[in-house]
Amino acid sequence: MAIEIKPLEQFTIERLIPLHIGGLDVSYTNSALLMTIAVAVVTALIVLSSRAARLVPGRWQSVAEMTYEFVADMVETNAGHGGMQYFSFIFTLFMFILLGNVLGLIPYSFTFTSHIIVTFALAVVVFIGVTIIGIARHGWHFLTLFAPSGVPKVLLLLLVPIELLSYCIRPFTLSIRLFANMLAGHTMLAIFAGFAASLPLFGILPLGVDVLIYFLELLVAVLQAYVFAILTCLYLHDALHLH
Amino acid sequence: MTHGDPQEPLNNLGRRIEEARRAAGSAEGQREGQAQTPFAAAMAFAWRIGLELMVAIGVGTGAGWAIDRWLGTRPWGMIALFFLGTAAGMLNVWRAVTGQGMAVGYRQQQAARTAKDGRKDGD
Repeated sequence: MAIEIKPLEQFTIERLIPLHIGGLDVSYTNSALLMTIAVAVVTALIVLSSRAARLVPGRWQSVAEMTYEFVADMVETNAGHGGMQYFSFIFTLFMFILLGNVLGLIPYSFTFTSHIIVTFALAVVVFIGVTIIGIARHGWHFLTLFAPSGVPKVLLLLLVPIELLSYCIRPFTLSIRLFANMLAGHTMLAIFAGFAASLPLFGILPLGVDVLIYFLELLVAVLQAYVFAILTCLYLHDALHLH
Repeated sequence: MTHGDPQEPLNNLGRRIEEARRAAGSAEGQREGQAQTPFAAAMAFAWRIGLELMVAIGVGTGAGWAIDRWLGTRPWGMIALFFLGTAAGMLNVWRAVTGQGMAVGYRQQQAARTAKDGRKDGD
């Protein structure tokens, strides 16, 4: 009795509603479904809990207020003066990624943050947005970000390309970190679940490991959403203040 | 005025919450310090450092390859950008480890240095 273990099967994109517009495949997939659910859950949490807002918050209002305060605190301390202007964007980003990571941990669901194109799109939005904010705030002065002052002219020839490159790899590190963490964690969960299914008696051991990994993954899911949001705040700080 | 100032109960509540927080403060502060399990936090940091170096080299080499394809200068663009990418990766790792965050540039350090110098001058 050979049970086939396919740890990567969980990442397959399935077309739920096939849709083609002008030769483009814009089908509604399971990935899009989970994104819709994530957006719906966040919106419901914020709207419903603030509709009947009371001075002494109930459970749901308390959850909403805690997330708000958490993100507000993060923006305040990391993006610095003037960063609160972009609070709504960072809050949306954080909640969307958090919900994506956590909803993916529900058995039989799908983790849209485990696809690099999703995380890369988010990171590129952050990268382009932050660059535009920087240029809008400081004009051409923004480019002095790449040229350390007080350095011999000859060294600038070498340093400016290095700085430019280290600026341009930001969207890559930002997206790969989130995607790789999610992919690795979910693959590991599936592999251990496969062991548990294929071992007749001692399957209880990998099952126990799986439970532990699951809790670790829950921690990673929250931590990675936090890391994504906090790095966005730091990039924003750079653009706003040119350090 | 049996009800007093309408704000009165709120002030009272605020003060009570403040007092309760202060009473629980010491214990909570200790718990918060250990809340983030060192293992997960350390793993996240290690991930970040490794990724920083890998991605910088990868992106640098990839950009070099693309430039070569575009301008037909094989293999010089790839060689040059491989080394630049490695340098950028090491720079980013050094910045992450020395706690400068992901900042590009050197101004922060300079500002800190001049501030220190200024203080010295003041003394």
